[in-house]
Amino acid sequence: MNIQGKRNIWKDYQKEIATDRYFYVRSCVRQNFFPGSEKAFLRILKEELSRDVYENASHTTCSGIGYHSDVVPFETAMTMVARQFALMTESGYENFTTSCITSFGLYSEILETWHHFPEVEERIREHLLRATGRTFKKPANLSHASDVIFKFRKEIAEKAKHRLINRKTGNPLKVVEHIGCHYSKMFPSKGVGGAEYPYVLVGMIEEWGGEVIDYPERRHCCGFGFRQYLVKANRGYSLACSKKKFESMAPYKPDFILTNCPGCPMFLDRWQYALSEMEGITYGENGFGIPVLTYEELAGLVLGYDPWDLGLQVHQVTVDPLLDKLGVDYDPSAKFTGKNGIDLGKPEPPTFLKFYQNE
Amino acid sequence: MNKSTIVVGGGIAGMTAAGELSRLGVEVTLVEQEQISGGHAACWDRLFPTRRPAEEVISFLREQTDSKVNTFSGRPVTEILHHESMFTATLSDGTILRGESLVLATGYDLFDASRKEEYGYGIYDNVITSAELEGWFKNHQPVRTKNGRIPSRVAFIHCVGSRDEKVGNLYCSKVCCITGVKQAIEVKEALPACDVYSFYMDLRMFDRNFEELYFEAQKNYGINFIRGRLSECSENEDHTLVVKTEDTLTGKPMKMIVDLVVLLVGFVPRSQNTQMLLKLKLITGNDGFLQPEDEHNGDNLTRIPGLFITGAVKGPVTIANAVADARATALQVYSFLHSNR
Amino acid sequence: MKDFGYQAHRDNTIDFEKNDFRIARFLLEREPSLNLCIGCGSCTGTCSTGHFTEFNIRKIHTLIKRGDTEMARKQIRQCMFCGKCQLICPRGINLRNVILGINRALEKI
Repeated sequence: MNIQGKRNIWKDYQKEIATDRYFYVRSCVRQNFFPGSEKAFLRILKEELSRDVYENASHTTCSGIGYHSDVVPFETAMTMVARQFALMTESGYENFTTSCITSFGLYSEILETWHHFPEVEERIREHLLRATGRTFKKPANLSHASDVIFKFRKEIAEKAKHRLINRKTGNPLKVVEHIGCHYSKMFPSKGVGGAEYPYVLVGMIEEWGGEVIDYPERRHCCGFGFRQYLVKANRGYSLACSKKKFESMAPYKPDFILTNCPGCPMFLDRWQYALSEMEGITYGENGFGIPVLTYEELAGLVLGYDPWDLGLQVHQVTVDPLLDKLGVDYDPSAKFTGKNGIDLGKPEPPTFLKFYQNE
Repeated sequence: MNKSTIVVGGGIAGMTAAGELSRLGVEVTLVEQEQISGGHAACWDRLFPTRRPAEEVISFLREQTDSKVNTFSGRPVTEILHHESMFTATLSDGTILRGESLVLATGYDLFDASRKEEYGYGIYDNVITSAELEGWFKNHQPVRTKNGRIPSRVAFIHCVGSRDEKVGNLYCSKVCCITGVKQAIEVKEALPACDVYSFYMDLRMFDRNFEELYFEAQKNYGINFIRGRLSECSENEDHTLVVKTEDTLTGKPMKMIVDLVVLLVGFVPRSQNTQMLLKLKLITGNDGFLQPEDEHNGDNLTRIPGLFITGAVKGPVTIANAVADARATALQVYSFLHSNR
Repeated sequence: MKDFGYQAHRDNTIDFEKNDFRIARFLLEREPSLNLCIGCGSCTGTCSTGHFTEFNIRKIHTLIKRGDTEMARKQIRQCMFCGKCQLICPRGINLRNVILGINRALEKI
């Protein structure tokens, strides 16, 4: 592989990312799926980088999850998004940053729609005004939170406590990067690096010392896809998508998978368990799975945050072997202790997928 | 008054026009930006559909022009102007040429395959273009993977950069289909044990003996033609490639591991033309190629009397097409020079 | 193994690395004219059987060349051997021999 060929493409997909004063909107599902990630994002921006990040308590779902499940019409989604823009405007911010990839896709789609059909924007403004009395300005800059971490990847590298190097072997960790479909497949120019060779996560991995794996099914969907998992009858399809990816990446022996979407880490993590129980297969080393991280979790680990503060104990595929490779100093006994000090109890181990290091 | 013309471009069309005009007694100046004349054809080993050596055609044209035509080579034209019925062409070294008429035969560029990002050209080692493969044949280089292995499977990909809204080229490049068939046969001849696959949308065998060569490729060489356009290409750890298409004739997605992928790159308008022709304000079609005054009865004429266009500057052509077109152009130039302007 | 009420879907992809090309090789050796197919479909269009059943002779022999013999196994016996497909083929493929060959191959392999 000739990396220069990719660099030539990356040059064509540079994107403007605001550097301060972010109006941050959370994801509907990430606080349940990976509860430490959004908190880590705020901590990194506020404490490490001294940036102004604002959250508005009146923020609701963008309705993207309903829109992509065919239960919320586009007109409704646009009006709800208009309300989020109104909250931003009222709060005195112009740089809109989303935690969720599907939100990012939906916001991009709506701004693009309004750009080409100004009469639609006018109509939505009327809807919003009538329903809520609110008016808004469109964001000066729209970014996904992974764009922001990408933007500050060098600053994070300067403060790094750990590099993506296997402490035992001295070799770079091998990383699979997986981008949410709605990040750049809809609008390649809105994603760092475009759609075919997205650079947003690659840039972090490179900067923090890891090595990216380019495996044949890199572009395949993780299997999240809303309708596929919402309806039980379709879940076998979702599972098959993830399986296709695992089978394709496993020969490269990746140390972990890095993601930037709410759904991808959920499914790439949990389906490893489901596949192990249903078919007896595991994809990591020595019967373990391949750990799956969000970019905030990875940035947090690089900065030396406590893995249990990052919420890594709620991952289905245990991350402990990865923590050892990184040389993270962690307390295994604190893994299942709540923030209030109460023992939460150990999860029952899966049948085939190895979960506990010393068992 | 001298009957003079400047022919810009020393490829097949330009050389043919220059040779014919010289035979008709016109004082011809031929400008070629490269040191060697012959244009793209000079990079070819053998020509479709008969597989005669390209060198034969080019030598014929060189005999028609060498020592008979005043030639400036190795210097591109930077600007062409038209003023008071005279044309001036400025060369990159400052030389200024003048003529009563001018023939534009600047040809085409090959499509830059790296623009089809999903095919991985310029990224994956074993994705090459048809032009590179032709170069291997010409230089008697064996067909091998980047790390020197003999390929056991080779895939030819038709329509790369042609018939593709995503790269802005809706047109068909005409010659790639038959080029692919010819090269597939040549790979099979060089490597009889190799399985050769051609992935196509349509096979447009429009000219004489084209369909016959396609038939021969199936019958005598066992080339496998699969109707499906390449969706994406990715690389395995061992640098073999995974190609993904639909086999549209069975209606199923398909994937295959191959050792070498050959992209049949099409024609695109020549990028240098923009600056060179800026002041002439010539009309281009939606495809970016120059538009003649009348596609049927004046397809070598432009809005400027005395300025003629010939060959691939008007869009994709075969060598046989280009020769015929250039001969017709020569007659048009000749009548123009002998008319009461 | 646990049953969650769903299973990973079967991959519908024609996978050249996994498929079995023995029947294809047997057939092409026995009747090389099969490689001349251009997928025009006139064989299927004229096929009496194909008008009333799932039988699609073009798909059957194309799939065999892709190493997928499932359709042939299920359907090849439906052919009534009338020979109209061969009469109509613009590439001169000996389709009766192809069909005979498919039957032989399925018996042997």
